[in-house]
Amino acid sequence: MSGHTLRFLAPNGHLGFAPLKPGSFALGVAARPDFIISDSGSDDIGPGPLGSDTCTSPKEWQRHDLEHILLAARKLGVPMLIGSAGDTGSNSRVDMYVEMIRELAARHKLAPFRLGYFYSEVSKDLVRQRIAAGETVAGLNGRTDLTVAELEGTDRIVAMAGIHPYNRLLDMGADVIIGGRSSDLAICAGPAIRAGFPEALSYYLGKVLECASFCAEPYGAKESVIGEISPEDVKVTAMHPEQRCTIASVAGHAMYERSNPFYEYALGGELDMHGCRYEQYDARTTRITGPVWNPAPELRVKLEGAGKVGERYVGIAGIRDPYTIANIDRVIGWARRAVEEKFGATGYELHYQVFGRNGVMGDLEPVKMPAHELGIVVYGIAPDKAMAEEVCMIGTRQLFYARLPEVKGTAGGVAFPLDEVLPASAAYRWTVNHTLRVSDPLELFALHMVDVGLRPAETTGPAVGREGRA
Amino acid sequence: MKTAKLSSLAKVVRSKNAGVDKITFDIIFADRGVYERTRRSGAITKASVARLYGIPETRISDFVAFDPGCAIKFTLYRTRPSGSPGDPDIFGAQQYAPLLDLDVPLD
Repeated sequence: MSGHTLRFLAPNGHLGFAPLKPGSFALGVAARPDFIISDSGSDDIGPGPLGSDTCTSPKEWQRHDLEHILLAARKLGVPMLIGSAGDTGSNSRVDMYVEMIRELAARHKLAPFRLGYFYSEVSKDLVRQRIAAGETVAGLNGRTDLTVAELEGTDRIVAMAGIHPYNRLLDMGADVIIGGRSSDLAICAGPAIRAGFPEALSYYLGKVLECASFCAEPYGAKESVIGEISPEDVKVTAMHPEQRCTIASVAGHAMYERSNPFYEYALGGELDMHGCRYEQYDARTTRITGPVWNPAPELRVKLEGAGKVGERYVGIAGIRDPYTIANIDRVIGWARRAVEEKFGATGYELHYQVFGRNGVMGDLEPVKMPAHELGIVVYGIAPDKAMAEEVCMIGTRQLFYARLPEVKGTAGGVAFPLDEVLPASAAYRWTVNHTLRVSDPLELFALHMVDVGLRPAETTGPAVGREGRA
Repeated sequence: MKTAKLSSLAKVVRSKNAGVDKITFDIIFADRGVYERTRRSGAITKASVARLYGIPETRISDFVAFDPGCAIKFTLYRTRPSGSPGDPDIFGAQQYAPLLDLDVPLD
């Protein structure tokens, strides 16, 4: 563990969303890294997967990447850390990855190893109790503090772990770690801090490796990169022969998916990148110095939660008549009123997305002149499927019957590519994007350790976290 | 005054979610000189972006010039969280297009 540098191989960001590229991964493995790490989660995918406790990534792709990483890590004898299992990092997704690791170990007859994992789900009861006790569950990004009503409308909550569960599991002897929801940078920052490297450089290393080759150019996702930390600097190197980590690509990555390129938050503090200096170290490597880590005055864990809005059906219609296009809002108004006549004004949602006008950008669309044809996607959302289907059906079919005074085409106001409405996944909403104060950074995360390989797996040791659920 | 479209000056113009409540926009230049000139032109400011998208400046949470990346970056609050019913762009990935036609004065 000690020595002057540690090297981390990052083959993928959001493992499972698309498969890692084996070519550059093999080159990375041949460079004999000290750790192989990959985050597997994202809140980019919308609230559906967390709310319904499903994956957006196909199992085959998840298994593909876990297999590559597991076999390489066991062959090299180095730890493998996977964060935010299965897109959301919910408990069932952690269990699913743990099971995949067991199956892979059995199939490849791997020598015994220790598999650590932790859960990140937080029960509504716990949050309700904290609110009742006067604790503020503080809103992020302009949200108001969490109310009990909003909490009750939530189906599932995960807490964003920091480095702490990873480091504790490494202390317990884990060779492979499957993490629940956690900060992207934790899987890298944790081991580096544990080995005694400065916090600022450790968190920076995690930040720059979070999406693997997104910090390299030319653009090419899912290729491996290696990050190396020393007491003085971080160096990041592209493994794909045609990719390079340049000053522009590495500095540019600090912007990606973040509201501000100078700050990155994790449980326990904030990484300040104002002072980062970037140098081209060699053709494919950039060297970074100068980040600062500011410890937070109090520990606040980020919570993510999603709640079901209702069952959902989708209808599709097209319009070509220029007079109807010019009066599209009246057409939609007609269909809305027909739904209201049947179901009243509340208790369901009806949305019209008008492609050719502002279907992609909604209220942000600056172009006010509609196209020569419009495509309308109708969404009916209601407490049960039958009602959602009928809301959507009325809301779609009544576009056909809308009465415009001067329309020439009196045989039907819209074109239907399908004379039906289609069942879609249930609609969810991000209900929780808040922070909760904790006194111990492990407080919400239950840790587990099992032995895997050759002999039948058995559970060794109880949960360490105080409030997590096993 | 001579002007150029931003799309002809920038290497990257993109938008993407920054968490569930915001969409962030990156305008990245391949050439530091072009970056500096575009900044100096005053064509891309909090006010001009708010005008372009027809929103109050209070909907812009961050607006920064990022020198190490030769980039101008700003972030908007969404009116509803990503993926909620009625949100047309779950990833926020297609909200940058109006920036492409922005006229930048060349000095």
